[in-house]
Amino acid sequence: MRKLALRDEILLKVEKPARYIGGEIGSIQKNMDQVSIRFAMCFPDVYEIGMSHLGIQILYDMLNRMDDVWCERVYSPWTDLDEIMRKENIPLFALESQEPVRGFDFLGITLQYEMCYTNILQVLDLAGIPLLSTERGCDDPIVIGGGPCSYNPEPIADFFDLFYIGEGENRYGELLTLYRKFRGIAEDGRGHFSERKNEWDREGFLREAAKIPGIYAPSLYDVSYGEDGCIASFTPKYDDIPAVIEKEMVEDLDSSPYPTAPVVPFIRVTQDRMTLEIMRGCIRGCRFCQAGQLYKPLRERSTQVLKKYARELMKNTGHEEISLSSLSSSDYTGLPELLDFLMEECGRQKVNIALPSLRIDAFSLDVMNKVQDVKKSSLTFAPEAGTQRMRNVINKGLTQEDIEGGAREAFLGGWNKVKLYFMLGLPGETTEDIQGIAHLANDIAKLYYDTVPKEERKGKIQITVSTSFFVPKPFTPFQWAPMDRPEMFTQKAAICKEEIRAQLNQKSIKYNWHDADTSIMEGVFARGDRRLCKVILRAYEAGCFYDAWTEYYKHDVWMQCFEEEGIDPYFYTERERTKEEILPWDFISCKVSRSFLWREWEKSKCEEVSTNCREGCQGCGMAAYGLGICPKRK
Amino acid sequence: MAYKLRIKFNKYAHMIFIGHLDLMRYFQKAMRRGGVDISYSEGFSPHQIMSFAQPLGVGIYSDGEYMDISVNSLTSEQQLKDALNGVMSEGVDILSVKLLADKTPNSMASVVAASYFVAFREGYEPDFDLAKAAADFYAQDKIMIEKETKKGTRTLDLKEHIYSFSYDPDKNSLYMLLDASSGGNIKPSLVMEQLYREQGRELGEFDLIVTREDMFALKDPDKPGVFISLGEIGDSY
Repeated sequence: MRKLALRDEILLKVEKPARYIGGEIGSIQKNMDQVSIRFAMCFPDVYEIGMSHLGIQILYDMLNRMDDVWCERVYSPWTDLDEIMRKENIPLFALESQEPVRGFDFLGITLQYEMCYTNILQVLDLAGIPLLSTERGCDDPIVIGGGPCSYNPEPIADFFDLFYIGEGENRYGELLTLYRKFRGIAEDGRGHFSERKNEWDREGFLREAAKIPGIYAPSLYDVSYGEDGCIASFTPKYDDIPAVIEKEMVEDLDSSPYPTAPVVPFIRVTQDRMTLEIMRGCIRGCRFCQAGQLYKPLRERSTQVLKKYARELMKNTGHEEISLSSLSSSDYTGLPELLDFLMEECGRQKVNIALPSLRIDAFSLDVMNKVQDVKKSSLTFAPEAGTQRMRNVINKGLTQEDIEGGAREAFLGGWNKVKLYFMLGLPGETTEDIQGIAHLANDIAKLYYDTVPKEERKGKIQITVSTSFFVPKPFTPFQWAPMDRPEMFTQKAAICKEEIRAQLNQKSIKYNWHDADTSIMEGVFARGDRRLCKVILRAYEAGCFYDAWTEYYKHDVWMQCFEEEGIDPYFYTERERTKEEILPWDFISCKVSRSFLWREWEKSKCEEVSTNCREGCQGCGMAAYGLGICPKRK
Repeated sequence: MAYKLRIKFNKYAHMIFIGHLDLMRYFQKAMRRGGVDISYSEGFSPHQIMSFAQPLGVGIYSDGEYMDISVNSLTSEQQLKDALNGVMSEGVDILSVKLLADKTPNSMASVVAASYFVAFREGYEPDFDLAKAAADFYAQDKIMIEKETKKGTRTLDLKEHIYSFSYDPDKNSLYMLLDASSGGNIKPSLVMEQLYREQGRELGEFDLIVTREDMFALKDPDKPGVFISLGEIGDSY
């Protein structure tokens, strides 16, 4: 029987003890005699959020397929346990073995959103690992970051020994082999491993690791700044360290490992279901979207393989729901075949199908009609902007006609709930663009009353309009764009609200908007540089963590920390950057060329749209690799 | 054609921290993993026909939990046991399966008593003579307590709801058989609180390690006080 890290008294005192006990179906136990490397994989947020993330499950499965590697999971202890662990000096432990993370070889941390940065420090702190990479020694795990935020790792560069840029499937094997060599771990031919060296060349390892494609060792680069506060130079300290780090990408998804026996949580988590990743990448070139660029090119999994995975997932997990994962599922070529299969298979096994946000058309409505209760479900549209002009600026290829066409069909099919998602603060936004959000919502309400005769209406139309504030992200055409101040955001939300209230159908429209302060902070970290590390450290020391949770976000404390460090947060958000400026993430290549992004930025200013990858290649640079949707190399 | 089955299981190790609703979800998934031909309700979101005798509090061990399920086809007791045990997490074992007659009331409706083994967490043992305290406690004709209910506090005679009570000197522990009927369910902690109170002590939140040993129905609905284990009802198949 496993011994739990926490005493019964603690587990009975904290909220949801199941967050900390491990032992779930699908969690992996290994015999320590046959393990040479211990890897702690961390999602720096609470268990229910972290357990919902597919990427971690993919890496967990992949690493545990290596016989001599034991990968375990770590999440941020919730605030109640955090307090107890600090008071009683209980070190952070991994869920599977319940043993302290400090004794592991690697601590991998996935970086899914900027607002988790202080939770990284919480995890390191509770684990007893020095927060700064420079203060770590031979006894400390190698701390490695990955995931979308590692495409601009600079604001958290000081806290990491390494970053892995790109898709995790490719390079861990090499990295671990190098580590074994440096630690003097050898196998005796009978599956047993020699003791690791306690004194070892940690720095030498980092330097060698930095030569592996996709691996970035922040301590091996020097940054200098000009008088204008911008980066003057960013160079490797040694000649043998690459000046540019290119992202790693999986060439063939069908042959890369997929977790068909993932960990099944005991408690309800945010995404409590089976996930089929049907493809990676996106053909749509929405100019605000970072994922669209980072995961290029579009690579599909074959329907054949997905059917097999679906069957295995059902057998292995027993989950009652399955969902498809991708950036734009309607673009998956095998979608009708896959959905037909799932409807039949799931119908037999009484498994629900959770539909991802499909483009609303006759096909998707037919599917929704079959798998959902029409009365309860709602239609989701993400026009992102209220006017066609603004949608052209952001290259969102969704017209009012598309929305109305889909909505009309849906209304005739019995739907009467519509959700609309928009962004405020997009580059070049005018008052008309903001008011256009209200007009579009009103038009859809009107369409309902025009389309559905009075006697056939099942209640009023319910429209929910949600706006978030636009945050420019690295590796998008808007990486050079200025971002609004919080007071501008608040003003814009007020304009939108006022205009909605002025509409004829205003009673059918509900309006939600996102908090402006956290959006600004997200903007600072998204495009920030290394100088922000000390602000983040200071904020953590001042008690900030769980910043992604509105109830724990302390804006005043953050602002004070910026002031104390003498850093103006708006330097990172308000400036329109020039073409020449060295951006903090310019040393990383996501294989989409900078010139393509600049071209798109210029086109956006002229309200000019670009075709998607299927309609016509835009020459983003990806074609050189001949993968997925890109034309094959000769 | 549907068949009613009663499944007996235990709960230990880390599973004691899984609450009742999560345990239900756990079993729903286990049924699918184990390929059990369980019956579903009709409608847009069909759910498995499954009910539990009584929820078990978080932190409490058990050697005698029960759930009743309905299946569309019968294999054998051993086959079902193996199928489920093959997909269990450590901390829950399927102990037995019985086929119930159609007219057998489900476990939730028929449970009237539960037996408990009450030990003390290391370092939290009572500082008084437990053997004497237990004997004095149970020797009383009436044990009047104030019980908090949803409608406020009410006075009740605890003694009427304790069907047996004994001290184990080897383990410095107590056995008790308590009322578990829907109207009069008594938790062992309520009994222990009163025992402590009578010693001029206050029971701490984490003092006890409680194991529910078994649950019982009336052997004959007309004869109160004669119990049969829920696991002895029904037939092997």
